[in-house]
Amino acid sequence: MPKLTIDGIEVEVPAGTTILQAAEQIGIEIPRFCYHERLSIAGNCRMCLVEVQPGPPKPAASCAMPVAEGMTVKTNSPMAVKARKGVMEFLLINHPLDCPICDQGGECDLQDQAVAFGYDRSRYTEQKRAVQDKYMGPLVATEMTRCIQCTRCVRFAQEVAGAPDLGGVNRGEHMEITTYVEKAIGSELSGNLVDLCPVGALTSKPYAFNARPWELKKTESIDVFDAVGSNIRVDARGNEVLRVLPRLNEDVNEEWLGDKSRHAIDGLRRQRLDTPYVRKDGKLVPASWQEAFAAIAAKVKTTSGAKMAAVAGDMADAESMVLLKDLLTALGSRSFDCRQDGAVFDLSNRLSWQFNSGIAGIDEADAILIVGSNPRWEAPVLNARLRKRYLTGKAKFAVIGEATDLTYKVDHLGTGPDALKAVADGSSPFAAVLKAAQKPMIILGMGALTRKDSAAILALASQVVDSCGLVKDGWNGFNVLHTAAARVGGLELGFVPGANGRDLDGILSGAEKGELDFVYLLGADEIDTKRLGKAFVVYQGSHGDAGAMRADVILPGAAYTEKSGTYLNTEGRMQRTARAVFPLGEAKEDWTIIRALSEVLGHTLPQNTLVQVRDRLAAVSPVFDEDTAVPAGKWGAFGVAGAIDAAAFESPVKNYYMTDPISRASRTMAECTEVYVNGNQKRKTGTHG
Amino acid sequence: MSSHYPDPNVPQPETFAFTPEVMEQAKVFIAKYPAGRQRSAVMPLLDLAQRQVGWLSRAAMDYIADLLGMPPIKVYEVATFYTMYRLRPVGKHHVQLCTNISCWLRGSDDVKRAAEEVFGIGFGQSNDEATLEEVECAGACVNAPVAQIGDDYYEDLTYDNAKALFQALKDGKPVTVGSQIGRQTSCPEGGPTTLKGDA
Repeated sequence: MPKLTIDGIEVEVPAGTTILQAAEQIGIEIPRFCYHERLSIAGNCRMCLVEVQPGPPKPAASCAMPVAEGMTVKTNSPMAVKARKGVMEFLLINHPLDCPICDQGGECDLQDQAVAFGYDRSRYTEQKRAVQDKYMGPLVATEMTRCIQCTRCVRFAQEVAGAPDLGGVNRGEHMEITTYVEKAIGSELSGNLVDLCPVGALTSKPYAFNARPWELKKTESIDVFDAVGSNIRVDARGNEVLRVLPRLNEDVNEEWLGDKSRHAIDGLRRQRLDTPYVRKDGKLVPASWQEAFAAIAAKVKTTSGAKMAAVAGDMADAESMVLLKDLLTALGSRSFDCRQDGAVFDLSNRLSWQFNSGIAGIDEADAILIVGSNPRWEAPVLNARLRKRYLTGKAKFAVIGEATDLTYKVDHLGTGPDALKAVADGSSPFAAVLKAAQKPMIILGMGALTRKDSAAILALASQVVDSCGLVKDGWNGFNVLHTAAARVGGLELGFVPGANGRDLDGILSGAEKGELDFVYLLGADEIDTKRLGKAFVVYQGSHGDAGAMRADVILPGAAYTEKSGTYLNTEGRMQRTARAVFPLGEAKEDWTIIRALSEVLGHTLPQNTLVQVRDRLAAVSPVFDEDTAVPAGKWGAFGVAGAIDAAAFESPVKNYYMTDPISRASRTMAECTEVYVNGNQKRKTGTHG
Repeated sequence: MSSHYPDPNVPQPETFAFTPEVMEQAKVFIAKYPAGRQRSAVMPLLDLAQRQVGWLSRAAMDYIADLLGMPPIKVYEVATFYTMYRLRPVGKHHVQLCTNISCWLRGSDDVKRAAEEVFGIGFGQSNDEATLEEVECAGACVNAPVAQIGDDYYEDLTYDNAKALFQALKDGKPVTVGSQIGRQTSCPEGGPTTLKGDA
């Protein structure tokens, strides 16, 4: 390990580290624009110049220079300071002084570093260059005159997003960053370009001219649009969520975030349920909480526990699910389901529904078989991780299911269960690849687990695990990729049919036949509400979507930005959202609604505070207890071998941009759907809409 | 505008394909690089496409991207970087006249006047016969002033010999490539002045 001295401090770092990285380790900040730790090194902005001895008597770009034994680096010598000031002056030559009307103002690397490392005036009196703005899709606004050609966006698009649509054309004075062909960037991660851009050249289109960063209240929270549980920061002004940014978590989302998670938030202001409703004479009319509860109580009195059921939606928090289960259990019901898509797992073994190797485990896997999933649309951040692994060249990828462009090359083994069977019995060549791998991995998507024959498919997957040795000491390569944020939490706390209880299909057919006459929908909108027959439906949720349309009583709940809720991501990692703004109008946090209703129904739940609800969760399952380590589950074969339908696997996500009540209410997501799903790439004029 | 930049008024052709003969040449270039590194052949292939139709259309660049299995934007980057790739159609003779300091001191203004008189166009303009362009130093200062027409250099131009040269080109008559005053490469004008005999 080479030893070097930076600003008089001796440091020993692994060979291959750059000077900039070594300086960072000892807390010395070197200014930079083009360098980004997750992208390849370009070395073209020259802002990170330092003085290095021994070496040629000129400043060196510290981001691109590897350390060497005995090096002496000065980051603040007169030579380095002068060099940086010169670079800054050159960068500002063609950069417009439009900070007052620039959305990046206040969080701009160029602004900050110009203050810290630049001259306080310019000697440049000539004409500045102007560059035509480019169209990059409905999410990224461009002001290309501000571009300093750091090429971070070009490298991100090519390396991380796997959509090499951006490039730098022409040269010298005429160089421009562009798609050249006026098209939207073909990636579900395009919002990250805005974060990467160190200046205001690429800014967020939906957030344009909305707020200044210092006006925003920042709340650290969790994303619930997919089951990855990306860490986010919710920026709000007053009671309005204005934007969502990713937060660093190496084990989950690194520092990326999918476009839906980032931009569907305008849906939080549309189609909201802000007051209780009760259906009177076939019409939903606004009511008070007392009236709504009284209507429910009146119905509950006329029915029995056996005729009651509850379905939890994909964004329900664990707190409200556990209380709803407790309440309905007290009323005598055993029919609950948190699987709106009817997914099949072995409910006795949490290993059958978790992403057991962990998302970070992808970085170590060397053979990956994706079955019945389109991770690009079901979990774009996780797909970026798969691509990262692909780029190392150390893993082989195969897919059984739809042949879609996942941004990396895969071996397409087949579309249906037959191909999985071939892997299980060893007749597929990929079986040998899995067997030979040190850390093999199977990723089972909802496309494979929400079929009529899913129990048999689960058994087949379990057979693959055994025959190819996917589970070994210190490694469990059986992974389920969920699409719903609430799913793992619901399974963990047992929001599934109890003894003699009905599952989702049982609930729906029961309601259809009149065997059930009370159904409680906790944010459940993805079910076929036509099958609810004449049952009395209570809908608790935040948005007026399918469930609310059918409801007899609507209880307005809080969206994920308005409450502190517990979610388990697809790995079973417990994370909590935080309240960034207050629920809209009369809406309340979901667990408090159920607690209040329990009192009216005469089965008062003992939990009065959020802490008590969380104690209850911890009592139900140790996974919800931060203080208890969860014992590693024991692997056992699961699923039921049986007849298999040869039909192809189909991903449940048909449109990444609209999967839930919030994104369906979002205008931005509607625009994305138009461009990316319907393929209408036409650039709109300034006067459009 | 220079022929290096696309002309928004010129319609882009829908398709492009190498002719079978050009395809044979392209295959030779592609075969020079190891498997998986075919994209290294992008520059010669762009040149072949340019020679085939005179300029590089978007369709031609997309065709080459497809042929070499690389993202189209990477081809656009190369084609827009090098000024010898022409992204708009040019006339029969592509006259690139150097007006940098050496050529200017030696009378490039006169050469320009000659070109304007013969072809009837000015710098940055184009007609069927010719495209006239002003370029920065062509790297032949010893023999200034110099013009590059097509692939060849024409040196030691004066108003008279340039006018004759352009007229000959226009009429399709044979012309002498290189120095127009009979100078051998870059020797001093009028022949060698040193090393004339054994020491």
